[in-house]
Amino acid sequence: MRKDLGFRLGTGVFGLFLILIVAAIGFELTRQSMLSIQKFGLAFWTNATWDPVAGEFGALPFIWGTLYSSVLALLIATPIAIGIAVFITELCPQVLRQPLVFLTELLAAIPSIVYGLWGIFVLVPIVRALQVALPDALRGLPLFSGPPLGVGMLSATLILAVMVVPFTSSVAREVLKSVPVAQREAAYALGATRFEAISAALFYARTGIVGAVMLGFGRALGETMAVTMVIGNNPQVSASLFAPQYTMAAVLANEFTEAADELYLHALIEIGLVLFIITLIVNSLSRVLIWSMSRSAKAVPSTAVQPVAAEA
Amino acid sequence: MLTNFEKGVHPMNRSMFRAIAGAAVVASAALATACGGGQPAGEQKAAAPVAGAPVQINGAGATFPYPLYSKWFDEYHKKNAQVQINYQSIGSGGGIRQITNETVFFGATDGPMTEEQLKAAPGAILHLPTVLGADVPVYNLPGINAELKFTGPLLADIFLGKIKKWNDPAIAKVNAGATLPATDITVVHRSDGSGTTYIWADFLSKVSPEWKDKVGVNTSLNWPAGVGGKGNEGVAGLVSQTPGSIGYVELIYALQNKIAFGAVQNANGEFVKASTESVTAAAAAAAANMPADFRVSITNAAGPGAYPISSFTWLLLYEDAKDKAQSKAMVDFVKWALTDGQAFAAQLGYAPLPADVVKQEMAALERVKTQ
Repeated sequence: MRKDLGFRLGTGVFGLFLILIVAAIGFELTRQSMLSIQKFGLAFWTNATWDPVAGEFGALPFIWGTLYSSVLALLIATPIAIGIAVFITELCPQVLRQPLVFLTELLAAIPSIVYGLWGIFVLVPIVRALQVALPDALRGLPLFSGPPLGVGMLSATLILAVMVVPFTSSVAREVLKSVPVAQREAAYALGATRFEAISAALFYARTGIVGAVMLGFGRALGETMAVTMVIGNNPQVSASLFAPQYTMAAVLANEFTEAADELYLHALIEIGLVLFIITLIVNSLSRVLIWSMSRSAKAVPSTAVQPVAAEA
Repeated sequence: MLTNFEKGVHPMNRSMFRAIAGAAVVASAALATACGGGQPAGEQKAAAPVAGAPVQINGAGATFPYPLYSKWFDEYHKKNAQVQINYQSIGSGGGIRQITNETVFFGATDGPMTEEQLKAAPGAILHLPTVLGADVPVYNLPGINAELKFTGPLLADIFLGKIKKWNDPAIAKVNAGATLPATDITVVHRSDGSGTTYIWADFLSKVSPEWKDKVGVNTSLNWPAGVGGKGNEGVAGLVSQTPGSIGYVELIYALQNKIAFGAVQNANGEFVKASTESVTAAAAAAAANMPADFRVSITNAAGPGAYPISSFTWLLLYEDAKDKAQSKAMVDFVKWALTDGQAFAAQLGYAPLPADVVKQEMAALERVKTQ
């Protein structure tokens, strides 16, 4: 073991760098938002007013907009992404496989500004037409209230979903590929149908798939440019899919360059801090989730596949 | 390597450490040269402010005048090869921050610095108007080809969300003859902090006490109504796609992209369409009462033919900068920009400064210490 000491120390230093960088980001964000932290305290998280003229700042609409758009995007993207991954690994004819893999990965390589432009010129008019065509009975619901603007939560959610799909599906595909063939063969041997055998493989790969979904969530939380272009940039807390709203990343991109006033600047940096904290929380939660899942999987290793397959 | 490895632990460790330490030394040496590379040049400049010695000047700030400034710096460099001016268009707020922190030699802004900001700076800062810009109202009303007219209070009420329909009597009153539809009005504003928003809000504050009271003036606002688009192109894009919408964009942007826009009533009661001439006229009207520090708002100007939503854009210079060679070069440049340079302004769609203002600025430039 001692042979590797130098190597271990060397790589250890690099590993330590990572921790240092994260700590330094947290420290710097806190230091540079001190004015705002001192003035608003925890109320910053719950205040819904963002008024650069009067110097009153609250992050609630941005926190709401970020989480709402990301969760909705995840609800749309996850089934699609897992469907793509399952199709490519389990069902797809050999000829189609490589082109499909290539195309999903191509989606991930498109710059977000291009998604944003596509959003403005293609998606937004479609969404507006959809809003206009909505029956009056539904219009009364809080989920669909507001004038048909086209830009708003729904457009942002759809564009985010498209952007998240390649990330989730690529990772989910790799995870599914790593499921031992023996697992599927065992399921078939027990008389499972194709659907049940794939369910068994999915169950086996569940921790990895949760990881894939969380990766997509992280991507959705931090996405800036495409969302800014279609979400309408109106800081309000609304459940309506049609309402123009705002996200944390978007307000930073929008207002940072022209913020000359000290308190204003500090409030914007505190938005960055809030985003940093929320990202940390989300990632920690996903770690805990994966950890508890893999622990329960380890606790009953031999039965991991059986509950699903046994139903056959 | 292999023999070391076979021999045992320590030589391997040592060589590993050596490799890592070596890499670190190389990296820090590279860093030192990278940082030092610029500094000696700067010191030389400071030590020998001889005419003809190369001078490199860095500036940052407003995005609105960037196309003109880069043209100016380029043209000026062609004439005076020893002067190289670099400009980063990072936004007015960034420009003010950077000149206050002295990380750049000059700044540029679309809204004048506040008293508080001036106090925060380590030295006296001179505001120098360079050209003029203007905001125009753009709208999308299918079936209306006539050019609409707006009064200041009307625009304020629309952007406050008080006038909600296009056939509101207040709009119909100033647009006799146009058959206005009963469409809902969708307000579109800038989502990014911008001098364009500053000028718009500055005008609305002057014509509407309610706007001044409820919303106020800044580069970003707490908008009472509407949706935000990023940049002029974002606002124009949303307006062009949303029937019944109204927004505001820079005059240059509207001219370059051939977007139709409405006329606005000035303080004399005339309805004026924005053009480089009507914007210069607004500045000429303000020149008579120009304050010594040039920090003046010329919105809602009263002169004949003056377009009311106009504004100067400023260069920011320290009156007594540490580096006198750079000050000298900058003063020479500004003198050129205010005279010969103004021709490029009109070419690019910016409204040139009126002669009176140029004269006042030439006098003010004497305050910049170049020795």
